[in-house]
Amino acid sequence: MSATAYINARLIDPASGLDGPGALLTEGGIITDLGAALFDGGVPDGLEVVDCAGRVLCPGLIDMRVFVGEPGAEHKETLASASAAAAAGGVTCIIVQPNTEPVIDEVALVEYIKRQARDKAVVRIHPMAAITKGLRGEKMAELGLLAEADAVAFTDADRAVADAQVMRRVLSYASAFDLLICHYPEEPALAGSGVMNAGEVAMRLGLPDIPTQAETIMVERDLRLVEMTGGRYHAACLSTAQAIEALARGKARGLPVSAAAAVHSFALNETAVGEYRTFAKTAPPLRDEADRQAVVAGLADGTIDVICSCHDPQDVESKRLPFELAATGIIGLETMLPLALALYHNGAIGLSDLLAKMTCRPAQLLGLRGGKLSPGAPADLLVFDPDKPWRIDEDGFHSKAKNTPYHDRPVQGRAWRTVVDGKVVYSDPNGGD
Amino acid sequence: MSDISPHNFPFRHLLGIGGLSPSEITEILDLSDEYVAQNRQVDKKRSILRGRTQINLFFETSTRTRTSFELAGKRLGADVINMTATASAIKKGETLIDTAATLNAMHPDALVVRHPHSGAVALLSQKMDCSVINAGDGSHEHPTQALLDALTIRRRLGRLHGLTVAICGDILHSRVARSNIMLLNIMGAHVRAIAPPTLLPGTMDRMGVEVFHDMTEGLRDVDIVMMLRLQNERMNGAYVPSTREYYHFFGLDQSKLAKAKPEALIMHPGPMNRGVEIDSELADDINRSVIREQVEMGVAVRMAVLDLISRQTSNQPPVGPDGGGA
Repeated sequence: MSATAYINARLIDPASGLDGPGALLTEGGIITDLGAALFDGGVPDGLEVVDCAGRVLCPGLIDMRVFVGEPGAEHKETLASASAAAAAGGVTCIIVQPNTEPVIDEVALVEYIKRQARDKAVVRIHPMAAITKGLRGEKMAELGLLAEADAVAFTDADRAVADAQVMRRVLSYASAFDLLICHYPEEPALAGSGVMNAGEVAMRLGLPDIPTQAETIMVERDLRLVEMTGGRYHAACLSTAQAIEALARGKARGLPVSAAAAVHSFALNETAVGEYRTFAKTAPPLRDEADRQAVVAGLADGTIDVICSCHDPQDVESKRLPFELAATGIIGLETMLPLALALYHNGAIGLSDLLAKMTCRPAQLLGLRGGKLSPGAPADLLVFDPDKPWRIDEDGFHSKAKNTPYHDRPVQGRAWRTVVDGKVVYSDPNGGD
Repeated sequence: MSDISPHNFPFRHLLGIGGLSPSEITEILDLSDEYVAQNRQVDKKRSILRGRTQINLFFETSTRTRTSFELAGKRLGADVINMTATASAIKKGETLIDTAATLNAMHPDALVVRHPHSGAVALLSQKMDCSVINAGDGSHEHPTQALLDALTIRRRLGRLHGLTVAICGDILHSRVARSNIMLLNIMGAHVRAIAPPTLLPGTMDRMGVEVFHDMTEGLRDVDIVMMLRLQNERMNGAYVPSTREYYHFFGLDQSKLAKAKPEALIMHPGPMNRGVEIDSELADDINRSVIREQVEMGVAVRMAVLDLISRQTSNQPPVGPDGGGA
């Protein structure tokens, strides 16, 4: 049984609040011991030793919202390429979305994803399954059976369940199994054919717009339905001040609700669209600066539980179109860590609290065993230097897709080692040892 | 007016009014005046663009604008080809880039493009080696329309600065409105936007216009009334309840016009919906309506634009649309 000693680390475990110098021991894919005094008497012979040289050692990141083209659009991204991208970004567990071709709305397809992941991926991959069959928002998928097959949560991916009666029954039924309903909160009729945030930029560009109220109305509706049914609800990605405020009110009333924000919603605002820059076309759309700041504030005060990459690979051809016709989406697995760390560097959020939103919080919501540093937990680890400066370079991406608006952006913080099941799955080629 | 050396207009493309300076706009209008005079003579033809190829690429149907550009090119001696992309070709979005590559290989000198999607003309210009002129993209810009409107006003009233212009109708979807608002603001005119709230962007005031929802209020003491076309599909309850109701509140008729200055001019980019946005008799009133004059100015303005832009590609390497190196 292989055993590895990680020494000279700054151990950060957001779940327990641990943040201090120490060492960690893994044996056969499991964390078996850790602490400041571990190996005080020297590292025993026979262990592989990794000298972290003062870098942060924390649980590997868990990304709750990742779009992968497999099955159906493997030219955009496969489970294998997404997993390589994840490893390079310090992400040890990705939750893939069900809007594939075919849609993940049957047990056999959940099994397929699990099998493909086991055979081809270097990180953990868990599927979310569809809330409704075919993502059509009409008929409930087999939520219980899908959950038994290890679907970790339910979502209609990039679509909202428009029909309130359907959503009511979904939340109600799901409450019996304690399932998490992860909803993309956008009132579709109000969003209409909009392609970017409503406001001055959209007006000047002459683009059909999506008002922030489309998100607020859906979140407020959902909160009423949660109140009515007791279903466990997670807003897949919040981007507006009003919706965040609504969610905070729901939490204050004791509702079983949580929320995530995509990195893009705090790393960019609508001006990134500039002159029809399709790489900045994403869902939810980039909002104005006040909303961006509200997302930061919502993360800081805990209203928003989770940070996700919203990794959404698109091929170049589908982006080289007039803005209205261009595909929606930004890749994010390899940029989530440094872009999130900007919130730590600019003093908005402490490092441990920030990491909690990408480790133990998603693990708790999804019922995963990882996301923490404790004896018996899986040895899914990230070692990184939070200060290391570098420039985002699309040519260095492991993802098949290059649709990023962050190319050339100077950032700080990069994965040095990514470990899954005790095995190193990524090692920074420029990071020394 | 001011210095009209060719270096005043340092652009290879004309993608929009946004980014033009007052002197650049003035230069286009001054040259347009010369072409108006030339177009009124029997011999209308010059050879400034002889040997050059102009392609009019229209992804949307248009009679007036396309004909105007065609005439402008031919009167300057260019070889003009019209291409109309079919609706099915537009749906396959890839064809835009493919079409650009194909046309580029034919070495045209100017490409005049109309497209139903905002930003599509700018996207095309990035893939073309030749000059690209925007003949209307989605709800974004229609720069030559704004220029011909400005020329019409300047010839009638002698200036643009200090005038009050009311733009009335479907401003939300109108590229004509956006280009006109920008141009008029750049030239120092006061712009009012008059429409029901459903046909106005929510952030309209950010473009430097005064917003009105009442025609009689908004038209008070204006020098120019600029009417916009309201498309049929927007009148059946989607944006306004009915044609009848729209005309009642927002159609231009004698009683509403009475609020404007006595000599106020009526403009319309065409094609008109008589009895929907404008009273038929008013539209034909030669003392008030300059709608036909706008058509005449259109040819002259497009000749001026084609002429000025061609100077950027005559004997020197092309200058970028940002004007660098001028």
